[in-house]
Amino acid sequence: MAAKTSSHGNHDIVRLENARKIYQMGAEEVRALAGVSVSFEKGSFWAIMGPSGSGKSTMMNVLGCLDRLSSGAYYLDGKDVSQLDDDSLSELRLSYLGFIFQSFNLIPQLTVQRNIELPLYYLGWDAARSAQRAKELAEVVGLGGRLNHRPTELSGGQMQRVAIARALTNDPQIIFADEPTGNLDSATGEQIMELLDNLNRQGKTIIMVTHEPDIAAHARSRLHMMDGLIDRIETETHETDQPHQEYLARR
Amino acid sequence: MRQTNLIRNIWLGVENLLLHKLRSFLTMLGVVFGVGSVVAMLSVGEGASKEALEQIRRLGSNNIILSSVKPVEDEQTSTVRSHMSIYGLTYADLERIASSFASIGHVAPVKLVRKEVRLHDRAMELRVVGTTPEWFDLVPREVLAGRVILPSDRQRQAPVAVLTEFGARKILATRSAVGQMVRIGGDAFEVIGIVRSEAGQGQTMQIPDQDVDVYIPIEVARKYFGDIVTRRTAGAHEREKVELHQIIVRVNNAEQVEATATGIESMLARFHGKKDYGMSVPLALLKQAEATKRTFNIVLGSIAGISLLVGGIGIMNIMLASVTERTREIGIRRAIGAKRRQIIVQFLIETVVLSTFGGLIGLGVGVLIPFLITYFSGMATVVTWNGILLPLFISMAIGIVFGLYPAMNAARVDPIVALRHE
Repeated sequence: MAAKTSSHGNHDIVRLENARKIYQMGAEEVRALAGVSVSFEKGSFWAIMGPSGSGKSTMMNVLGCLDRLSSGAYYLDGKDVSQLDDDSLSELRLSYLGFIFQSFNLIPQLTVQRNIELPLYYLGWDAARSAQRAKELAEVVGLGGRLNHRPTELSGGQMQRVAIARALTNDPQIIFADEPTGNLDSATGEQIMELLDNLNRQGKTIIMVTHEPDIAAHARSRLHMMDGLIDRIETETHETDQPHQEYLARR
Repeated sequence: MRQTNLIRNIWLGVENLLLHKLRSFLTMLGVVFGVGSVVAMLSVGEGASKEALEQIRRLGSNNIILSSVKPVEDEQTSTVRSHMSIYGLTYADLERIASSFASIGHVAPVKLVRKEVRLHDRAMELRVVGTTPEWFDLVPREVLAGRVILPSDRQRQAPVAVLTEFGARKILATRSAVGQMVRIGGDAFEVIGIVRSEAGQGQTMQIPDQDVDVYIPIEVARKYFGDIVTRRTAGAHEREKVELHQIIVRVNNAEQVEATATGIESMLARFHGKKDYGMSVPLALLKQAEATKRTFNIVLGSIAGISLLVGGIGIMNIMLASVTERTREIGIRRAIGAKRRQIIVQFLIETVVLSTFGGLIGLGVGVLIPFLITYFSGMATVVTWNGILLPLFISMAIGIVFGLYPAMNAARVDPIVALRHE
């Protein structure tokens, strides 16, 4: 993983080309994505922002291989995945991607350890190795002593830590965070963001959806969406990417 | 790898079911009672038919039993005082049957008469069976003491008697009674042996074989008691002349039994003016009983099938509810990377675990019920391997059949929608 980052430098980990997603809502067509072209570099930390209905969730679902485009192309790590079937998308999620949600989405009947192990179960790891991995990750997120607790016995911040540990189990290329602090108080939210900052510093690409500017400030780049299109892009890096300028111009 | 995965899957299913113990238990009940009733019914049915088949076999499957039957016309005219009715099988019939059919091995005539049997001070009215040594070949039974009637007893018309175990008990005769004298209807007979009584309800079949019979040579019976029986009923003398009460025919070859029976039937019809005899062919009865058993099994099977169907629908119902309830869990698993097939397998395994476990409990109940029936009512029940394995297999199949639809429903869950599901 580390070797990959250094050898490939800053290549695009995700790239959308004229991505469209159209829903049929009764007689009306909803254009959740109205032709978006954008690319994120490996190791970047993006916040996708915008009002509700702007298409940011659809963007996230498409990038996270949970949803398919109506038209256009999606390159994940250089490979076009827009035509893949359900099983292949499942495999991609299993081996390339990690997810963190606003409502944590832990399985309530499973212990912390079993929740963290869940991806490994589908990856076919044996029980002993999975347990070892879960323990390591619980330490990383600061929940070493709570492996046998159930999610209901944890605070919101602790639950989100478990979710982060679970998102890391398969050592993903990209971590998707959907309003990761939405259900947390600001102090706890800050701690969670620090954790994500750390992961980004260790080289993980993070794509986060949020509508809170304070939270978005943690990201190094911000993409604002409006009506299924990119409104504007802010990035902290000085070398502004050529494509970004293009979109701004088109807008 | 695959195998350990399956075991893990099963274990996960068990864990999940244990989270809702009461619900899982209630869900299982349908299958528990379904399988329980199948096992119980099969074993009771099996026991009943086995008993019936056993009785028929005891008659000898190669035997044909002819009996004298009082004709219907005689029954009506018997209100006339001092009327003597003459009917039934004759010594001539015996001769004709024995000499006319090549397929016949042995023939044993039977003469029945009720007489008081007295040993010392103890007297009991028992059925006295006059017969020939062949009888003991045709309807074999264990000799407990002494010997049975021999051809030499016939020749010398010896007044000898063979007691049955229970008959002996009634007149308080022990094994040491062999060699002692009993009085049968006033005449002295020497007890030469005691044979085992046949257990079971002999009277339901036409067996000259009630468990308290006394056997004597037929010549002696004829000489001492004659062919005419007088019965006194409500002031009327009713007299009957019956030469032989039964003729038992042993056919050499099972395939010839039915043909021989038809031959005897037509021969008797020619020589008897009225239908004063009956014929029972154990082999035919056996076939009939087996056919009945098959029908019985089909009926029981259908009833049991319905109860299992109801149990299966119950499981499906709960699993559908469970899928709805766990939509979010399914969404999480899918988002993490579980394939549709893996979700199907997860839910299917839960259903199969549920139904199989229900089947096992049902099996316990189903084996216990016949045991209790036998214990309290004495009715024979037989638990066969088929009766155990079939319902168990069916309960697993029910888990698969009725689990498939809920599992497919689970796999159809859209992870995006499911993750927003509250």
